Amino acid sequence: MDIKRFYNEIVTDHNLHPLHKHPLEDPDIELEGVNPSCGDEITVQLKVKDGVITDGSFIGDGCAVSQASADIMIDMVIGKKVEQARHLADIFIRMIKCEATREEIEELREAGALEDISHNPARVKCAVLGWHTLDEMTKGM
Amino acid sequence: MNKEEKKDLITNYRKLFPLLSDDIAYLDNAATTQKPGVVLDALKHYYEQDNANPFRGVYDLSERATELYEAARGKVAGFINAKYPEEIVFVRNATEALNLLAYSWCEDNLSESDEVVVSVMEHHSDFLPWKYMAEKKGARLVKLEPDQTGLISDDALERTLSDKTRIVALTHISNVLGRKNDIKHIAGKVHAAGALISVDGAQSVPHTAVDVRDLDCDFLSFSGHKMFAPMGIGVLYGKREHLEKMKPFLYGGEMIQTVHWDKVTYAEIPHRFEAGTVNVGGAVGLSAAIDFINGIGWETIEAQEEKLTKRAILGIKDIGNIRLIGSDRPEDHKGIVTFCVEDVHPHDVADILGKAGVCIRAGHHCAQPLMDHLGVRSTCRASFAFYNTEEEVDRFLTELSKVRGLMGY
Repeated sequence: MDIKRFYNEIVTDHNLHPLHKHPLEDPDIELEGVNPSCGDEITVQLKVKDGVITDGSFIGDGCAVSQASADIMIDMVIGKKVEQARHLADIFIRMIKCEATREEIEELREAGALEDISHNPARVKCAVLGWHTLDEMTKGM
Repeated sequence: MNKEEKKDLITNYRKLFPLLSDDIAYLDNAATTQKPGVVLDALKHYYEQDNANPFRGVYDLSERATELYEAARGKVAGFINAKYPEEIVFVRNATEALNLLAYSWCEDNLSESDEVVVSVMEHHSDFLPWKYMAEKKGARLVKLEPDQTGLISDDALERTLSDKTRIVALTHISNVLGRKNDIKHIAGKVHAAGALISVDGAQSVPHTAVDVRDLDCDFLSFSGHKMFAPMGIGVLYGKREHLEKMKPFLYGGEMIQTVHWDKVTYAEIPHRFEAGTVNVGGAVGLSAAIDFINGIGWETIEAQEEKLTKRAILGIKDIGNIRLIGSDRPEDHKGIVTFCVEDVHPHDVADILGKAGVCIRAGHHCAQPLMDHLGVRSTCRASFAFYNTEEEVDRFLTELSKVRGLMGY
């Protein structure tokens, strides 16, 4: 695959200039996600009011793929209901497994730029790190 | 031999490895090496002509399998200059060797007031078994710290050794830093303190002559697959006097003398430690790999690996914005070059190089305590075998020089 398609502008931009990589003041929920193959750790923090994610952020260290993916994710879920965020996480994780439909991927908007990662088994865990963490921390909410 | 002739020599050796081609530059030899045709042929020949369950059958075929297996043991003993063939225990890999040793040796030799010294640069396989057994026995795990280049100084050693030290676990060559430690000197000090020394030879045995009697180490572990042999065969060497006193690690077939409901006696070494049907094919492959190495000679192997290492390190310095991990001097790196590209995560670096056909490793290299010690989360590593070429190193450097640009820096 063309390396520039993989590390496309969306990925490199979010990695270089993340919008949501900072600690959140008084988060309502937070969870650390770990990628054991490379030792990357990120912590996702959310503020939730009346079932709506009012603010969110992530902190930690990781490769461009995990950082960009988490940044895009936070950007998408702020202002959404928890169940909508969980729905997006479900689509994203299935997209990386090549199990999502074209219509579903369109729902992901910018996060759809990571679709090509599905052809790179070694990077799948990086791409889903933030989304898995979001899924875990909002279970039962 | 002039420069051109040496180059032709390496080119010809490369042709002996079916997987090697100009398509990829395989620079992950510290993880595993490629296999020469002679090793694959030996494996095929064994399964086509000589395969039977060894030790059990009284028929010719089984005896032949037994002979081949024991001949391989003798070959390994000669290769590392062990005094007796029974000092060679066949296992799956260095990890299994170290687990066998830690479980079995600590069981009878470690108690509450004792100390186990482990260096902070050990591979997880030479850290976790000791940590587990020390905790189980209520003994103390003492951290032996190398300098930033991977060298164990006399000072550091003397600070950690005490009259409570029972065993020291140390790598011969760190799989991250690549620096070779003076085991002979260290073993002398460890023995003077009344302790034993176990050496992780996973990165040394494939790349330099290792003589266990000269080093005077009590134990040595290594894997076949990092030295051109198949995966699934490895070695625990132990001095006979130590192995004879150790209890079995795995229990089952072939490791006993007699078994009755009320009374069991175990086999002599090394069979006591080789429960179940053994990996004869792997042992035959390892034997062929040793012949292959001996046929090429350490002088050729080490000269080529030194040349490649030097070229890579000087090239990395030229590119700039890359932090070299470990010593600044090429001669301190035994075929292992570990680095971090500024601002770019090692996984991204390895992925970018991988998509350009250059195979390097990224991550913590199963040495997270060392990463903590060095203050890095993860790193990239290029590691060489004698079959690598200067062209491959140049290709690696060319792709490496593009990384920061591709990531928007």
